[in-house]
Parts: sequence; structure tokens; C-alpha cells
Amino acid sequence: MNRTVLDLWVGFFVAIGIAAFLFLALKVGNLSSAHLSETYVLQARFDNIGGLKVRGPVKSAGVVVGRIADIRFDPATYEAVVSMNIDGRFRFPKDTFASIYTSGLLGEQFIGFDVGGDEKMLKAGDTVTKTQSAVVLEKLISQFLFNKAAEGQDTK
Amino acid sequence: MFDKGAARFPENVSRNYNDAMPGRYSALLLKLSVFFEGSVLSNDILVDIQNLHFNYDGRPVLQGIDMKIPRGKVVAIMGGSGCGKTTLLRCIGGQLRPTGGKVSLENNRVSEMSHAELYGLRRKMGMLFQFGALFTDMTVFENVAFPLREHTDLSETMIRDLVLMKLEAVGLRGAHALMPGELSGGMARRVALARAVALDPMLVMYDEPFAGLDPIALGVIGQLIRKLNDALGATSIMVTHDVHESLMIVDYIYFVSQGKIVAEGTPDEIRASTDPFVHQFVYAEVDGPVHFDYPAPTVVREFLGGGARG
Amino acid sequence: MAESSSPIRKLGHAVVDRIWRLGFAARFFVAVLKYSGPSFRRLPLTLREIYFSGVLSLLIIMVSGLFVGLVLGLQGYETLQRYGSTEALGVLVALSLTRELGPVVAALLFASRAGSSVTAEIGLMKATEQLKAMDIMAVNPIARVVAPRFWGGVISMPLLAALFSAMGVLGGWLIGVVFIGVDDGAFWSQMQSGVDFRYDVWNGVIKSFVFGVAVSVIAVFEGYDSVPTAEGVSRAITRTVVTSALAILALDFVLTSFMFRGTS
Repeated sequence: MNRTVLDLWVGFFVAIGIAAFLFLALKVGNLSSAHLSETYVLQARFDNIGGLKVRGPVKSAGVVVGRIADIRFDPATYEAVVSMNIDGRFRFPKDTFASIYTSGLLGEQFIGFDVGGDEKMLKAGDTVTKTQSAVVLEKLISQFLFNKAAEGQDTK
Repeated sequence: MFDKGAARFPENVSRNYNDAMPGRYSALLLKLSVFFEGSVLSNDILVDIQNLHFNYDGRPVLQGIDMKIPRGKVVAIMGGSGCGKTTLLRCIGGQLRPTGGKVSLENNRVSEMSHAELYGLRRKMGMLFQFGALFTDMTVFENVAFPLREHTDLSETMIRDLVLMKLEAVGLRGAHALMPGELSGGMARRVALARAVALDPMLVMYDEPFAGLDPIALGVIGQLIRKLNDALGATSIMVTHDVHESLMIVDYIYFVSQGKIVAEGTPDEIRASTDPFVHQFVYAEVDGPVHFDYPAPTVVREFLGGGARG
Repeated sequence: MAESSSPIRKLGHAVVDRIWRLGFAARFFVAVLKYSGPSFRRLPLTLREIYFSGVLSLLIIMVSGLFVGLVLGLQGYETLQRYGSTEALGVLVALSLTRELGPVVAALLFASRAGSSVTAEIGLMKATEQLKAMDIMAVNPIARVVAPRFWGGVISMPLLAALFSAMGVLGGWLIGVVFIGVDDGAFWSQMQSGVDFRYDVWNGVIKSFVFGVAVSVIAVFEGYDSVPTAEGVSRAITRTVVTSALAILALDFVLTSFMFRGTS
């Protein structure tokens, strides 16, 4: 085997191998989105995070603007403390509401930012003060049953 | 690069090995060797083996070998199969570490050298393996060029000239583009010989160089061994059991049987020897010290005696 | 040696023999790494091995990847259809390939094709005394023959696994979108949002690298340690393929349990 032909084939092989890898990374995976840009950390405290998972999305107006980095338990206040990496391109006002939503009926849970009108923006390391915890299905059902029972009593 | 070899290079390059008339240097050497033929105890011993022992898996293979191989001579080590001659060769080359005794090559204790030191010493050795051991994925040219490329910094043109001259010496310059698979046994052996002497070594070892060759190839290899040895001023050690060819070309012979040296001498002394083992070996007798029959009960007992038939 | 060997003694002997061999293999691995300098200083040696291990495996890897993707697409569609979630076909195919099937199946194919050929080469060189000849010529056979083949395998393996996964995704797309009619946009968009680079793709790359090291070590060791006869070499080749397969699957379990924990 001639040396130069061999080199050509090896070069070709490495080239298509890297191309396949890039294909997987960009077209198949989500490398092109938010991760490559700079992020800053925001925190939020919840009474109940429900089924929220690390690496879950943080959305505003339905668009992914960040990822959940860490979920911890605060033994002093008995609250869940969630740290989020927010895309550096976006700033949110201080009176933003951070709520836990569920995508679809039984889908994964994410944090949604509902913005207010404050002129002052949240800085890196700030805590989102207004939060709404996850809706827990059991509580919803028991509340529904309780309401139904109360209704039944009223009509009697 | 070489230290000793460099000085010899220009002389060897200009010599035509196939010439029936040896050059001035080897003619002088031949005269000297004829003069000393009676006594092989010349003052310059290249390989000194003392009380060499080697065990393999607890089984003793070499049991006390003493040899002194002088510089510039062709020495044959002969014996039946399994007597330990190849093991002896491996100990000299440092591929096996002896369990007792010592092996010295040019006053270097081979048996105690580290891997790196051994590699330094091996650049001055060449070895011809039984069936050539050519690298099957390279051409004849690349095989002979291998040691030159690995151990020297010579330019490609210089390497090309050297390789072609080595091939010319063994008569295969025209075959340099062939692959080892396309060569006959004799030709492969000759290419391996060219490769073994590519760096003009001071010691050349041959492991059964005549095995499996037709009479013509056999004669060719024998002549090449002798001529190359004299032209290079090297020392050759040959492990073989081909008596006829060896007696024609060597200076001294050692007979090994069951791990010990049983006889030694010049070719004339061996031919005239009355030692039963030597006699059986040289004249290819069927029975002697090496028995024809494998140990078994006597014929009477086997076929007629004891048990069912009565 | 005693003539009568009870089954227990035979078993004990076999176990001790295996452990001894494993220790020898570990030392051999360290030696290969130690003498790897020439593999990189004289790049043509390694490039040649990348050609023989990698380039010559391209056909089988890419064709197999395509077929696996096609089958995944078919089976996936059939199952997802029952739950009305056929748009998730892209995610299904992509995740199966990048996390598991790509690295594992590509490594198994690589072991059978390239691993066995490396074992055969080294084994035959040993049987014809070429390695000994190199040694007596003061050229370290591990540095010259073994190490380049090891690195050739290690470098080729991740590339082949990536190609396998990529071809598989294309195969799934071909069957799902082109032939069956799943929505093209949904296929790719769900895939993009469902496959995380670091979690899925990169973990797959790490797996394929680990498999590459394992298969290459096994292949060169079996060749180097083979009995120098024709029968010995063929047995060594068989051992390469079998041991590689077991190692790949075992390592896959270990790596998966570390990487994909189920709960984040």
C-alpha cells in the first residue's frame, strides 16, 4: 500500500468520523443552544418542588432561557432552594414570579418565569422572591373531594 | 551510529563478495587462520562461556557448558534434536537468562546486562533464524534496510546503495522488489542472511541455516557463511546438524549431547575421532550411544510372555 | 505431575491459570503504554494501523449502523403508535443509539473485524519468529509492532462509534419519515430537545473510548501471548473475540450505572 494513498484514506476516515460526531452533537443533541453562552446564577425558594429535576429547563414565555443547576434542602427554613443557570443574554426584573409548571398533562416539570414591571433587574446571585410551588396531584384531588363534599352538605 | 563498524564501512562497501579472489584484507586473514589452524587458542576470545547452566520448567537443559570462541573463526555447535544447542545460542544473544554460570561477549557479561545495555550490544550482532523470519509485510529491500533504518541516520540514497550491495553479496540484488511470500526457501534464507549482516556485525549467529534446503542452496549458504565471515572479519557461531557441509567450512566444532559438551575439535580431528558419539553422528550410524530403540520390555515378554496367552 | 486430576484440582488449576494470565496481561498493558513513544514520534506507524483497523472497518460499521437504525425505526414506530406518540420516534432512535447501541454494537463489530485481524497479525509474527528477529536486532517489538496497533484501535473506535450512531439516526429517519410518514419537523425537533449533548452524546463517546482501549488491549495481548503455532493463533483469535465481547458488555453495565442514574 502506497504511503500517500494510505494517508489519504486515514485523513478521510478521521474527517468523516469527526463530521459524524459533530452531526450528533449539533443536529441530534442540543449543543447549539444556551449552553455555549455565558450564564449567571439565580436562586429561588419553594415550599414544594414536586417532581422538578436538575437539568430541567427554565422557561419564560415558553422559551428555554436557562437550566436548573442544583436543588438543595434548607434545614433552617424547611424550604427547597433551587439554583438556576440563566442565559447571560436575558435579564429579568426583580418582581419576576418563578412558578413550577408541568409540560403537558403528565410531562416533566419546569420552572416558568412570569415577569412583572419592575425597572430594577435581578443580578447574578440574587434570589427570586416571588415563587409558586408545584401543584401536588394528591392535594388537588383531596381538595376537589373536600369541595364536593362541602357542596353536597350545602344543598341538603 | 556505529563506533567500531564505521571504520570498516568503506572497505566493505567497495568489496565484491562474489569474487572468487578474496580481497587483500581477507586474504591476509585466511593466511593467518591457516597458520593458527592447529591451535584455536588464539589470544583474542570473543565469546567466553563458563559453566553455563539453564533450566526450563525445572528440567535441566544445559548442564555445565564451557566454550571459548575466538575472534574471526567459524564455529559449529552440533548435536541431536533437543540437546540444548538453540538454547545455548539464545543465552549467547541474551534472549535467555542462564540459571548458572556466565556468558561474556567481548568482556561484557551478557547474562547480567540490563535491557538497554543488551540492546546496545545487539547492534553488533546478527542472527539468522531457522526459516529466515523475514518480515512478511515488507519487500526484500525493506527487510534488509530495516536494521539500517532503525539504527542509523543514513540518507535514503546511502541506504539504498548499502542494501543493494548486501543483496549483491548474496546474489539476490535483482529480487529486491519481491515480497517474502514470493521467495523460495533458499532465497528467503539468503535475504535473511543479508539482513543479518546489514550492520556489519562482529558476531553472526546461525540457527540451523541448512535446514530444509536443496543441495544447491545448501552449498550456496555454506559458501556465503564462510566468505562473509572472512570478508567482514566477523566471528560466526553455527548451530546445525548438517555434518557434511559444516566440516567443509568451519574452523572448530563442539558436540553437545544432553546439555553437556561431549567432544570438540577441528574438522580433521573430528573426522579422525574414535569417540563413539562423534563417530555415530558423523557417519550417520543407526545405533550407538544414541539408541535406536525407545525403552520397552523385551521382545519375548511383549509377544510371547506373561498373562492371557501363556 | 500427578496423573489423576480430580475435577476440583482441574478447576483450581484453571482459576489460578486465569489469574496468572490476568496479571501478565496487566503488566503487558503497562509495558505497551511505556513503549508508546515511537507510536507518536513516528506517526506513519500508527497511521498505518488506523488505516487497517479503522478505514477497513468503515463499510461494516456504516452498513450495520444503517440497518440498526432502520430496525429501531420500525420497531419504535410500531410500539409508539400504540400510545399515539409517534412523533417521539426521533428521540427514541437517537437516545438508543447515542447512549447504548452506538458504542456497544460498534465495539462488538470492531472486535470481530479489526481486533481479530490484529491478533492474527501479531500471532503470526510470533509464530514465524519475526518478533524474536526484531528483538535480536535491538528493536523493541512492543514499541514497533504492538503499541502502534493498540493506539490505532483506540483512535479508531470512538470515530467508528460516532459513525455508527449517525448512520443509525439517518436509518431511523429514512424509515420513519421517508417511508412511513412521521412528521419530519417533529422527528428532528423532539430529538433535539430530548437529546442532551453532555448527558447522552458525550457519555456515549466516553463509553466508546473505554471500549476501544479494552478491545485493543485484549487484541494485542492475545496475539502476543499466543502459542506460536497455526492452531495457537486461531485459538488466540477466538479468545480475542469472546473476551472482547464479554469485556464490552461488562464495562457497559459498569459505565451505564455510573452515568445514567435514573434519578438526576
